[in-house]
Amino acid sequence: MSNPISDAFKKAKQENRPALLTYTVGGDSTKKQSLAILKSISKNADILELGVPHNTPVADGSQIQTSAYRAIKHGIKINDIFKIVKDFRRSDKAKPIILMGYYNMIFQYGENQFLTKCKTCGVNGLIIVDLPWPENKNFAKKCKKKSIYFIQLLSPTTTKERLKKIIKDSHPMNYFISMLSTTGGKLKVSSKEILLNYDRIKRISPKKNVVIGFGITEKTIKSLKKADGLVVGSAICKEISNSIKKRQNPVTNVYNVVRKLKNKIK
Amino acid sequence: MKIKKGIPLIDQGNKLGFWGGKFGGNFVPETLKKPIEDLEILFNKLKKDKRFIAERDRYFKNWIGSPTRFIKLENLTKHVGGAQIWSKVVSDANGGAHKIYNATVHCLLAKRSGKKTIIGDTGAGYAGKMLSMAAKKFGLKCKIFMGSKDIERQQPNVKAMKKNGAEVIPVYSGSQTLVDAVSECMRFWVANCDTTAMCVGSTVGPAVFVRICGWSTSQISRELKVQLINEFGSVPKKLKLYNCVGGGSSSYGFWNEFMDYSKKQCEFIGVEAGGPSKSKKHAAPLTYGSKIGILHGAAQYVNQNSDGQIEETESISAGLDYPGISPLHCFLKDTKRARYTAVSDEEALKAYKLVTKFEKLRPSLEPSHAFSVAIKESKKFSKDTIVIVNSCGDAYKDRGILEKRLGKKYVKSN
Repeated sequence: MSNPISDAFKKAKQENRPALLTYTVGGDSTKKQSLAILKSISKNADILELGVPHNTPVADGSQIQTSAYRAIKHGIKINDIFKIVKDFRRSDKAKPIILMGYYNMIFQYGENQFLTKCKTCGVNGLIIVDLPWPENKNFAKKCKKKSIYFIQLLSPTTTKERLKKIIKDSHPMNYFISMLSTTGGKLKVSSKEILLNYDRIKRISPKKNVVIGFGITEKTIKSLKKADGLVVGSAICKEISNSIKKRQNPVTNVYNVVRKLKNKIK
Repeated sequence: MKIKKGIPLIDQGNKLGFWGGKFGGNFVPETLKKPIEDLEILFNKLKKDKRFIAERDRYFKNWIGSPTRFIKLENLTKHVGGAQIWSKVVSDANGGAHKIYNATVHCLLAKRSGKKTIIGDTGAGYAGKMLSMAAKKFGLKCKIFMGSKDIERQQPNVKAMKKNGAEVIPVYSGSQTLVDAVSECMRFWVANCDTTAMCVGSTVGPAVFVRICGWSTSQISRELKVQLINEFGSVPKKLKLYNCVGGGSSSYGFWNEFMDYSKKQCEFIGVEAGGPSKSKKHAAPLTYGSKIGILHGAAQYVNQNSDGQIEETESISAGLDYPGISPLHCFLKDTKRARYTAVSDEEALKAYKLVTKFEKLRPSLEPSHAFSVAIKESKKFSKDTIVIVNSCGDAYKDRGILEKRLGKKYVKSN
């Protein structure tokens, strides 16, 4: 199972830093702009997460909700997301792309059809917010057959027994949710506590990469530097919203945010 | 797909919480897996605990005021001319609707789990009002999530919630109705599940919430069965039970005890909200053949577009204004145990007018949907057919809408 996601972690490790993962909502605020943002931030981001906008996102805070509703309002469909990935791949074959979304959209598309489409467009990994283990066992197997990573989410509420079982079934990348929160919540626990949980996960399977997400901003990113990877989403979505409000170019502004994030963890 | 006899429907899901292998389940963020599992363990234990059941029954009797009346609608029966029309007046319950049963049980569970705060969603405001009442009774802090559109149209219940000391949190996202209130409530739980208990206001949501709610509202049919036997000596040979269906909590509770009777003897008729007659929007996923999808943690028939985005609903009745439907009802539909149909806003209003004209009963807009179908069909039934409509809510909360649509006289006369 060779996958550019693993290569990205390797590269970051060689540079003695965590991988930087960015999250933007596909098609926010337009298809063209979304693609332009991906292209510009890919200079500094190691892995690109692209959200598939859904209109009942039960785990997303207000920033990502705003982005998702904006994209849907502009008529973004699931096939547009694939088109964005495909267009991105014309200029960049290597940068790993992860789609993140809610299960109903995949269910309606058809699991097999969805994965085939992911494969042909160049998607390398999937995060499905509301398809937890063990419900995701079958789908994760299907992903593996297509060499697409199914990324398991782990939370501070996940018990030790459950952690072991999930990690045993997991692919080479897992995602640790830093705290009890929807996306974009204010970091309400100390980095020390987050890293303690992170270590617990790493001890179970040291070789698998674990990224930390939720509540990570320019202010907090440095303190979590020892992780394999760090995800920033809401802070970026917020920048897009602010840019639109101020009639500024979101592409340049988001580029700058991601550049600054990268500098903090170099 | 088959219903098993002798086992409550709420306990007929498989290991992963799916009824009929495909409805329900737990499509939830990882963070909620543990609190849901904890709740499942607690509920499974307590529902077998005689002392807990006695405690529940004590509150049902002394505080909720069970049993609610079972009455014959003599004048309406005469006017319609056909089956005998009866009503189970569940709106007699403390607070004015069936939602009190689920709210009470959730508060009892929250107390046992040591949680100090309870949160809940609401559409018509009844689930919220009852949760605020129960929370006050049991000394829990309470937060209610409610769509801003519903806050506007169900003011009496909003006032009641605030009076009970609950914090009403307006939800401005999406269609600003029940669907968004449930989403926002779940989000809050994701962020606070260590200290907070969640009550889902209907037989929807992750499997355990479907089960708890169904277990709670089943009180309605437990009472009714006793009342039927007292009245007729046995369960009548031709019994037809009409109930409105939004999320499906009152109808499930109204039917549960009669599940094992043959369809011929005890027929279940669920009435969904068809929306304004001139609008294409509706809240009737079973009637209009919506596809299976995932909403709020459960697989169910749900109004959605081809991409899987949940569609906006429209109904005069806030309590039925939900794009999905309980997995229990999906199961009852596919096994053909229950029959589902829908009526428009206008038909529900017409039924409300008729019922209030002939009877000293004031069904809210939700059960008015059920009355509409019951009245229409009763004409064709024989005199020994017993038609019962669950009048599961009181129209007090609807007085703004009723005044606007029907004029002042329909508000004042009752």
